[in-house]
Amino acid sequence: MAASTTQTLAAGAPARRNITGSLIGIAAIIVIGIIGYYLFPNNLALLTRIIATALLVLSIDLVTGYCGVATLGHAALFGAGAYAAGIASAHYGISDPLLMTLVGALAGAVAGLVSGLIILRAHGLPQLVLSIAVIHLFHEAANKASSWTGGSDGLSGIAPTALLGLFEFDLWGRTAYIYGLALLLIVFVLLQLLVRSPFGMLARGVREDPLRISAMGASVQSVLLRMYVISGVVAGIGGALSAMSTQVVGLDSLSFTLSAESLVMLVLGGTGSLYGALVGTVSFMWFEDVVSAANPFHWLTMVGALLIAVVLFAPRGLYGTAAALVQRLKGGRA
Amino acid sequence: MIPLFGVQNLNKSFGGLAVTNNVSLSLAAGDRLALIGPNGAGKTTFVNLVTGNLLPNSGTVRLAGQDVTRRNAMERVRLGLVRSFQVTRLFYGMTPEEHLALAVLQREGKSGRMVGRYQAMPEVMDEVRDILDLLGLLELSHLKVREIAYGQQRLLEIALALALRPKVLLLDEPAAGVPQSETARIEQALDKLPPDLAVLMIEHDMDLVFRFAKRVIVLAAGTVIFDGSPQDVTKDARVREAYLGSYANVGSAA
Repeated sequence: MAASTTQTLAAGAPARRNITGSLIGIAAIIVIGIIGYYLFPNNLALLTRIIATALLVLSIDLVTGYCGVATLGHAALFGAGAYAAGIASAHYGISDPLLMTLVGALAGAVAGLVSGLIILRAHGLPQLVLSIAVIHLFHEAANKASSWTGGSDGLSGIAPTALLGLFEFDLWGRTAYIYGLALLLIVFVLLQLLVRSPFGMLARGVREDPLRISAMGASVQSVLLRMYVISGVVAGIGGALSAMSTQVVGLDSLSFTLSAESLVMLVLGGTGSLYGALVGTVSFMWFEDVVSAANPFHWLTMVGALLIAVVLFAPRGLYGTAAALVQRLKGGRA
Repeated sequence: MIPLFGVQNLNKSFGGLAVTNNVSLSLAAGDRLALIGPNGAGKTTFVNLVTGNLLPNSGTVRLAGQDVTRRNAMERVRLGLVRSFQVTRLFYGMTPEEHLALAVLQREGKSGRMVGRYQAMPEVMDEVRDILDLLGLLELSHLKVREIAYGQQRLLEIALALALRPKVLLLDEPAAGVPQSETARIEQALDKLPPDLAVLMIEHDMDLVFRFAKRVIVLAAGTVIFDGSPQDVTKDARVREAYLGSYANVGSAA
């Protein structure tokens, strides 16, 4: 009896720590979101763009950080969401923000399924090459289907109606920002549940040793494909948010550049952790914004220098390294 | 009695070289069979044919009354044929508890659940603790696998196989790379395997083979050259020539 009580306690402690960790994370997002709102009232469009990109980076983290799939084509899922939400509004009059978000999520899921089916046929370098091919195909398809997408001019005429019939998408971007923040929170909480679920554990197993996973009787391909679809939903929501807040969708949302940049943001923050994805996105985009304003000629050099510094001195990324440091300090104290 | 597992006239060649040559063997519940043979005898190929990682050129593999020759490795696991690996294959960033929870969840068809946590599933946790306890790994259950000793990793490898509740267990050199001082723990673990489990062990450590196996099969150049009791294996002339040949020569020279 005494032994079983001790065991229950031992198992209960990490569970409680996890829940506390989640609550701290959620509180941090809300607090930083509010600070952003009051600190940069004239820059809410940038903050909303950061949130949309953060959704894309979280989505890459699901397949790259949690499952070990290398991809340089993940903007396909984001762009699919952006174009689908945009086309729904511009061509079909589906302009309710919640419906547009749903359309974006669905389109992202389909794009995730399609690109997953292609990319997951290979491993390692060939996989990376396939992912680049996928993003170029998506990009070209959007470019050619200009009657739908507006081609290189971009898709315009997106006019989301008032959120819940109450909040208009205003010129200052307040509604878009708050809606984006709410979406990010919901997605973050759901992903926290996902990565700690049995399926999340299975995905980590796939990343560590796919052969061992199949020796346990589980299908590696099925795990990866399911995760690709989920990541498509997340990226698609990001795309839809971007379409609603900027009210225009350009080919850059389906670009190799965006794919590569968001992978860089993930590495900067630290792969395999949802916080890493958020920290990476915010640091990269904030740094880019500050540096490009301070020195329009050499800002790319500075971004490059920052990345080299992080890769050399904090190879687990900003969040990953900080978390490891905290862990070590805790270990030393115990 | 219908054997639980059997291979009949199994053949596999790689470009003209017959690596598995007409091999037949069968296992019944509770069997403890050791497969030995010198390097290059075709043991690894045989393991891969049995697990479904390779397809044979001819012959059949039967498991629990079904012909599984064309079934892939995953399906064979689900039918109860589980293997351990010669070189430890574990998830180094995960804990022993997580390993076993994953195996139990997978066996129960719950590994795809996207909400909930295994820690909150008492039926999973009880079984995980039982297996960890059985193999003496309970104290390490929250350490990352990369932080535990190699001998303990080998034990976890066996625990992981057990958690899948196999009918037939294929142990690929369970004591490989384990220091001599720790092989006793592996042996203890092997003693605790369920009595009705059919075990096929591939092993180089002859002491372990003699202590564990009730029956020994010797493979040389892809062919079965001996099938009998451990007591008889060293007396067999062909085995001495193929497997213990060099030692026999040293013995006669001295």
